[in-house]
Amino acid sequence: MKKINEMKLTVQAKSVNESFCRVAVASFAAQLDPTVEEISDIKTAVSEAVTNSIVHAYSAMNGNIYITASLYPDNMLTVRVRDTGIGIADIKQAREPLFTTGGDDRSGLGFSVMECFSDKLKVTSKEGKGTTVTIYKKIRGKSVDES
Amino acid sequence: MVLFKAEKDTLTAYLGGDIDHHTSKNFRDEIDSEMARLMPSVLRLDFRDVHFMDSSGVGLVMGRYKTGLIYGCKVVVASMPPKVEKIMKMSGLGRIITFEKE
Repeated sequence: MKKINEMKLTVQAKSVNESFCRVAVASFAAQLDPTVEEISDIKTAVSEAVTNSIVHAYSAMNGNIYITASLYPDNMLTVRVRDTGIGIADIKQAREPLFTTGGDDRSGLGFSVMECFSDKLKVTSKEGKGTTVTIYKKIRGKSVDES
Repeated sequence: MVLFKAEKDTLTAYLGGDIDHHTSKNFRDEIDSEMARLMPSVLRLDFRDVHFMDSSGVGLVMGRYKTGLIYGCKVVVASMPPKVEKIMKMSGLGRIITFEKE
């Protein structure tokens, strides 16, 4: 599919950057004229992905998080969140609701929320190399809402 | 930021701003120290001024529920904006915690 627009963002894996990342992606998506709920869904899904990289991928090391947001025809938004951290040994298990290795008040819902708040979620990972999460979200926008 | 109101045996914590992994530590510490000080029988978590929340908010409520079990304190979730309610509902938290209706 032909890419219409793209934004790339690199941040250090620090929790203070979580809000910056989700707001930056939401601002980029604003050109598709999304509804308030769609903006909130995007922010939440991005926040989960970035938090996973910080809490899990880079729990014991420093590193960068690479975000690419792209627009395709028919108001399709994709957000790729990539890290070069420890990777996920068992992706199927990691995506199960309530499964967590995070301990201490982590809900184990990160992937479930990303799935629920997007149209499709792709996760690829290699142990010792890192993880890439791609969020697909079709923006139906205000026109649909009002009709 | 958390504002507290204590009435009889109920401690209400008014949460405000964004609840994510970065901010949830502060919310947790403030609530836990107030719970330990007042030993309420009900902890009401009021979400009316929460502008953003991800699954860290669910973790925050779950954690307070567990702390409440130790103190014999019931946890109630109140005044959820639609986006907060969406995550709370999908989490299944409603099976163990009361969602207070306005």
